[in-house]
Amino acid sequence: MSNGSSSNNNNNNTARFDAARRVAIFGGTHGNEMSGVTLVNLWMQNSAEIQRKGLEIKPFITNPKAVEKCVRYVDTDLNRAFTQENLSATGGDELPYEVQRAQEINRMFGPKGSAEAYDVIFDLHNTTSNMGCTLILESSKDAFNLQMMNYIKKAFAPASCLVLLNEHPLLKYSTSRSVAKHPVGMEVGPQPQGVLRSNIFEAMRVILKHALDFISLFNEGMEFPPCTVEVFRVLERMDYPRDANGNIIAMVHPNLQDCDWEPLNPGDPMFQTFDGKTIHYQGSSTVYPTFINEAAYYEKQQAFVTTRRETLAASAIRKA
Amino acid sequence: MERTSVPPIHNVAICGGTHGNELTGVYIVREMQKQKMEKAGSVSVTTVETNPRAVAAGRRYTEMDLNRCFTDVLLSSPITESTPYEVRRAQELNAQLGPKGSAEAVDLLIDLHNTTSNMGLCLIFYSIDWITLHIYNSVPVRAIQLDIPSSKAYSLESVGKHGFAIEVGPQPNGVLRADIFNVVKEALDLTLQWLQKFSSGRNFERGTVEAYTFVKSVDYPRDSAGKATAVIHQNLQDNDFKLLRSGDPIFQTFSGDILKYEGEDLYPFFVNECAYYEKKIAFHLAQRKTYSFPPISVKND
Repeated sequence: MSNGSSSNNNNNNTARFDAARRVAIFGGTHGNEMSGVTLVNLWMQNSAEIQRKGLEIKPFITNPKAVEKCVRYVDTDLNRAFTQENLSATGGDELPYEVQRAQEINRMFGPKGSAEAYDVIFDLHNTTSNMGCTLILESSKDAFNLQMMNYIKKAFAPASCLVLLNEHPLLKYSTSRSVAKHPVGMEVGPQPQGVLRSNIFEAMRVILKHALDFISLFNEGMEFPPCTVEVFRVLERMDYPRDANGNIIAMVHPNLQDCDWEPLNPGDPMFQTFDGKTIHYQGSSTVYPTFINEAAYYEKQQAFVTTRRETLAASAIRKA
Repeated sequence: MERTSVPPIHNVAICGGTHGNELTGVYIVREMQKQKMEKAGSVSVTTVETNPRAVAAGRRYTEMDLNRCFTDVLLSSPITESTPYEVRRAQELNAQLGPKGSAEAVDLLIDLHNTTSNMGLCLIFYSIDWITLHIYNSVPVRAIQLDIPSSKAYSLESVGKHGFAIEVGPQPNGVLRADIFNVVKEALDLTLQWLQKFSSGRNFERGTVEAYTFVKSVDYPRDSAGKATAVIHQNLQDNDFKLLRSGDPIFQTFSGDILKYEGEDLYPFFVNECAYYEKKIAFHLAQRKTYSFPPISVKND
């Protein structure tokens, strides 16, 4: 099939995809998440490290104004801005800065949903949460992406690289990478906003190298046999308890803080009020929390998200 | 050493939100206000959210770093339309809690801060004074001293007759960690307990404390455009207060070269503090000194 999408997800058949010729690496979608900003700036000066034969790889700073001010965003969160409504909005200079940027990025790397869109976009992020190396997927049905996840996890082992799947109809959001046919989020933490840590920087660099190696091998004609990938599927957003004025009245409990990906059982401590009382998790079954105490999510009413573990099957893939 | 009698401490100010994205102080002050914490024994307690605009914006400051606005020069500069918000705010705070250097100033001012550096719990003070050292002795912390005369002292705690900052890390900007909140709350409770004992006439024995005295700061290596060309080396990252010797790695350039420290043995702190990138500081270096303090008790007035 010539439009790059999977022709067949049946495990018995090999899914064919077009070679991925155009790849972008986004940094600075949030201007204070420093690993991506630094890596993309380095590669824009000297791209030797990211070059692969037969592949056009474009490093790109998506939100330069936010990067310059070292803030997450200037008017509105760029990584929520790629809605159809925003992408087709009129108003030019009157539009919020990030909506203008989204339209520009959609012109350069999309249009989103079309045959001309970039094949793959890697969007580099950091989090204040103790998530380690996390790859973020938006679809459970993209065999190309699932095979990439499998490849990266194996190449990175014994170090851990987990996969978060956000396919939730209400909680998924319109990311800058969603412009591409195969969007891949890379989230590494913990790292404070505005800070560059060498261990986090190096980890992201290595994961990206494996991702580019995968694409390169795929383009050369390698067949990847059927595989399974363990993912954490987003279930629910949990907010802080708040008072009538919307102020938070408790903090993530010390027992939950930094425990991303560990089981949270009904009855386990979840929040601690300022005067020392414990609030317990009231769910009906064990969940796996992540994005625990991410700084940027206080304003988005999120203390953490819950996930459940799932194993996804991916068919074999080969270049068309 | 002779027993020293020291004037009583009648009032304490506890301040938070001097940097609007350092959240522990913001929430401690709010909780104390909610609990109506106005007295600790005979000591009256005032709580102040010092930079509300920066807190509302979730930023360190809006126009200028409030915690650099308390020099004598800035406190007495005339206010015009173009005066930054934080300079005005410093003068308001000086009127409320000072004036700095006068008899009306609050007896003790404690300012609450967070750092992204792995410093644990620290007390930062300008001058070695017996009160501060005795308090330090009763709270499990490190002490950091900045050798700056009062007129040039630029931070909020210099407004009080006695003052110190409580600095705790690591905590990212914009994040509130319960473990750090609990540690700071406990440190404040111990401080207020000490003040009550002191005010009620208890004698405190002589002692010694080790404090780190600031010597100099080290910037990142930069290119001709002024951009940093290296990151803190992983051997130094998170190793605040671990002795640094000549030959130890301190930076790793983006092209992989390792840069080493050359100089006298010193103790690094504020390693990789986010807010210091713009101040051109990768880390500070300190000497460690032992200070003795005499037995003290309150002077009956």
